[in-house]
Amino acid sequence: MLDSHVQNGPLAERIAEILDAHQGLEGPLLPILHAIQQAFGHVPDSAIPQIAAALMLSKAEVHGVISFYHDFRSAPAGRHVLKLCRAEACQAVGADAVADRIKRALGIDWHETTADGRVTLEPVFCLGLCACGPAAMVDGRLVGRCDEGVLAEVAK
Amino acid sequence: MKLYVPLDSAAVALGADRLAAAIAAEAAARGVTVQIIRNGSRGMVWLEPLVEVVTDKGRMGFGPLTLADVAGLFGDLASHPKALGLVEDLPWMQGQTRLTFARVGVIDPLSLDDYRAHGGLAGLERARAMTRAGIVAEVTESGLRGRGGAGFPTGIKWKTVSEAPGDQKYIVCNADEGDSATFADRMLMEGDPFTLIEGMAIAGLACGASKGYVYIRSEYPVAIRVMDAAVRIARDARVLGPAFDIEIRVGAGAYVCGEETSLLNSLEGKRGVVRAKPPLPALQGFMGRPTVVNNVISLASVPVIMARGAAFYKDFGLGRSRGTIPLQIAGNVRFGGLYEVAFGLTLGQIVNEIGGGTASGRPVKAVQVGGPLGAWFPPSLFDTPFGYEEFGAKDGLIGHAGLTIADDSTDMLAMARFAMEFCAIESCGKCTPCRIGAVRGVETLDRLAAGDASAIPLITDLCNTMKSGSLCALGGFTPYPVLSALTHFPDDFARAKEAAE
Repeated sequence: MLDSHVQNGPLAERIAEILDAHQGLEGPLLPILHAIQQAFGHVPDSAIPQIAAALMLSKAEVHGVISFYHDFRSAPAGRHVLKLCRAEACQAVGADAVADRIKRALGIDWHETTADGRVTLEPVFCLGLCACGPAAMVDGRLVGRCDEGVLAEVAK
Repeated sequence: MKLYVPLDSAAVALGADRLAAAIAAEAAARGVTVQIIRNGSRGMVWLEPLVEVVTDKGRMGFGPLTLADVAGLFGDLASHPKALGLVEDLPWMQGQTRLTFARVGVIDPLSLDDYRAHGGLAGLERARAMTRAGIVAEVTESGLRGRGGAGFPTGIKWKTVSEAPGDQKYIVCNADEGDSATFADRMLMEGDPFTLIEGMAIAGLACGASKGYVYIRSEYPVAIRVMDAAVRIARDARVLGPAFDIEIRVGAGAYVCGEETSLLNSLEGKRGVVRAKPPLPALQGFMGRPTVVNNVISLASVPVIMARGAAFYKDFGLGRSRGTIPLQIAGNVRFGGLYEVAFGLTLGQIVNEIGGGTASGRPVKAVQVGGPLGAWFPPSLFDTPFGYEEFGAKDGLIGHAGLTIADDSTDMLAMARFAMEFCAIESCGKCTPCRIGAVRGVETLDRLAAGDASAIPLITDLCNTMKSGSLCALGGFTPYPVLSALTHFPDDFARAKEAAE
């Protein structure tokens, strides 16, 4: 490894495995970041020098890519991630009002996590469920005609 | 007993997975052997989950099915409370011309045998016996235009790539379907993935490309899973191989990556920033090499064109909009879903006759055609025929053919503000009119909402700057929803003024 900041330990080992698994791909950075987030629930800052060294990019370039995309998070999310669609077709069937009630019930705004670490609330712009909105995604599971009843699924 | 339970995201979001499990459990409890095929959706989203039971008369539909309706599927089918009759005979199915979506909902999406039995791979086989120029000519002759929104003739794009010098060329499928009210790409990938694979393989033959990428947005987990599996199956069956192979790539939640140059940057592992054109991606695309970037529906329409001939496809349509278009009817609508039909229906026919008006039962106030960058059409423009030029002539666009229907409770000033807010959130930041214009747009519309009528000429001027000065359609087309709202619904913008006075 070229970079002196590359750390050792289980995290570095797992990331090295992921980097190895993506060798030979054209433009491998997004698949690598997805795999790291899949493994750790977020892309740790400490992974950046290791990725940069392996792909011969600058740390700034890797950071720039991570920060560009809404999907990548630099800190872990809550135990549940609740994504609510904010796009026009869902708005047309009352998504804004549903979102307001859910925000009030959770006591948080977009991009925030409840104090007990239970739920992170994220906006999403379209899940392709535009004829059965308001649409939501709870921990990767799709929900159509969503209302505040969805909160039961993130209660624990 | 053979049943079909959709794996389509919309059906799943309405409980299809739980239903499939309940049907299997009920069958086991009754000692009945069942075969449950997870198919695509027929596009009647208001009836989802729509379960089909194979009978000697044909496939009988039941929907929208709940867990309580499951036991009844094992009794007298005709008297089941959710019985719809034969699915093929339903008016929604009868009224369509399903060319691109012919197999969606009908076949097992991951059975290559089923695909073949329903006409699949005939187009690729014909293409294999043709010259590159011959394939390009056939696609050009069909009149197929980019279904992603821009409407550029697909054959011309292929010709440029085919004739471009270079050892390595690429076919990139844009499956970053981020526009609200659009889900045709998703439904096609989930319900008939081999059609897209076949279309890309034909494009590869026509252009001399050996590698294809499908860039699917991360918001589509089911489509990603089905496409991944389909590519593996196609590889095992040697439909894909060294001569042409496909890799599935997943986006990361950036709307702007639906723009082709931004998508290419993202595919290369960079920030999804828009590139200035020229150079055209056709000449310097992925990794700087000649690249076809086509929408899912454009590519998925190629197999039927190759199988049945350009003349057959071209025969459908209106003016310079040839063939069929999968309309996606969404938002506040009674009968929402996907309806593939030849170009040329009027907007009013689509909204009122096919869609059945609003779900709320209130009057339709406006319909946004073409996603978040499309114009809002009032009922006074409902006589506009569905076609690229016809919508352009009314200061709108058909985009990816998604329609968001909104009832009279909708505040059009709020919708205009949302368009600017969305542009500000999703701007890639490369060009000033979009990056800063969208932020100023939100502020200016807030001034209007606070009763400052002097902001009207400002917002108009700002929209003109964004339209003519932005690098891509995000900044360039955000003015469509804003100005159409202002033009057609001036009362919503004036009402705020009265409130302030």
